Amino acid sequence: MDIKQTVLDILNDLTGSDVSGAMDDNLFDSGLMDSMGSVQLLLQLQSQLGVNVPVSEFERSEWDTPNKIIAKVESLA
Amino acid sequence: MLSFEPYGNPTYFALLGVALLPLMIGLLYGKRSRLYETLISIFFLVLTFGGPKWTQGVALIIYILYEVALTWGYAVYRKHQNSGPIFYLMVILAIAPLAVVKVTPAVENGQASLIGFLGISYLTFRAVQTMMETRDGTLKDYQVMTFLQFMLFFPTISSGPIDRYRRFEADYRSVPDREKYLGMVQKGIRYIFVGFLYKFILAYYFGTMLMPKLQLMAMHARGGFLDLSWPVLGYMYAYSADLFFDFAGYSLFAVGTSYIMGIATPMNFKQPWRSPNIKDFWNRWHITLSFWFRDFIYMRLVFWFMKHKIFKKPTTTANVTYIINMLVMGFWHGVTWYYITYGLFHGCALVINDTWLRYKKKHRASVPHNGFTQVFAIFLTANMVCFSFLIFSGLLDKLWFH
Repeated sequence: MDIKQTVLDILNDLTGSDVSGAMDDNLFDSGLMDSMGSVQLLLQLQSQLGVNVPVSEFERSEWDTPNKIIAKVESLA
Repeated sequence: MLSFEPYGNPTYFALLGVALLPLMIGLLYGKRSRLYETLISIFFLVLTFGGPKWTQGVALIIYILYEVALTWGYAVYRKHQNSGPIFYLMVILAIAPLAVVKVTPAVENGQASLIGFLGISYLTFRAVQTMMETRDGTLKDYQVMTFLQFMLFFPTISSGPIDRYRRFEADYRSVPDREKYLGMVQKGIRYIFVGFLYKFILAYYFGTMLMPKLQLMAMHARGGFLDLSWPVLGYMYAYSADLFFDFAGYSLFAVGTSYIMGIATPMNFKQPWRSPNIKDFWNRWHITLSFWFRDFIYMRLVFWFMKHKIFKKPTTTANVTYIINMLVMGFWHGVTWYYITYGLFHGCALVINDTWLRYKKKHRASVPHNGFTQVFAIFLTANMVCFSFLIFSGLLDKLWFH
């Protein structure tokens, strides 16, 4: 399964809106993501992609746009 | 012997200026002298914790040795093993001295604990955070000397901002190039001067001139509904202004001094009074504390609750954790009914705020969003916050029970 598509599916599911048209928009500034969403994202990455990200690895500024998240996951997978 | 509150008076700033000058020249020429930095750190620590406050100094030394033993011991242990119970035990041990200091006044009629000293909370936050990152495996290379510098970094020792070990280490181990460093010095000096305005003019006006008068008036005007009166309202705003200017002023001194030392300590305030909701307020007010709570309590608890499927719905998980998170923050301020109520108030406010944000997201078309609603949201948030600070101030305790 394609990492990019899986991450996008998770994000669309979590934010309740299609983020694929705004890959560089800050998800926290727009209110689509918050701490709760971040934790859900980490848990989904673990169960769907087997990527383990400890909470303290989650530096918000490195995970705040769809593109950054995809790049992060690809580097960890 | 001389003894100072950090950033308390002009002499302190004069000494600071003289002490920082050689360090600035060194950084401009690309050199960081560990020895010199350690010496001025010790000098300012002695000024803060020496002389008449020597008992605090002794408590600080014992506390530091204790936390070094715990974090170092855990870092060595974690290289070979990773047991949950051991980790929890170590965190409890790391928090124990702070818990004793916080509970003692409540059970000993306001008597302060002997093991307490100015800044124990902020040092505990740093130690616990170091331990949690060691457990996660994100902090692999724990160094005792770096940890000591991180804990005892004198500009931020008494009241934060709360830096992070790995962020501090990266700054501490490198020297900014000249252009970057000059930018930091410029910013640092500006922060310190804005700090003067905040702390010595505005906080002085609200806190020292206005608040005592309003408090006296409020006490005389008792007898109405819940002893409330116009002076109580005035006190609420004056107290909130004092709290902000005093603490933001202090934080600017601490961040400014760090910048001049070539360490980019994170900012503590980001225009909190223009937050359109409580959730955003906590991204702008006492930021390093609220982010510490977010990263090391809120997110970890949510993670644990969801992993073990404690609650069916994610929203329930979020709400329960908001309340726990803010209650812990309330208890941390001190074991009194008004600090705990303050925590509970903010926990509930976050739950209501989150529910509203979810509703708004779902009904985007029908909820109006324009200049007027934005101004109204900011006004409402600021007033809710000021009301929470009235609870926090303890004035209600004086009105009702004294």
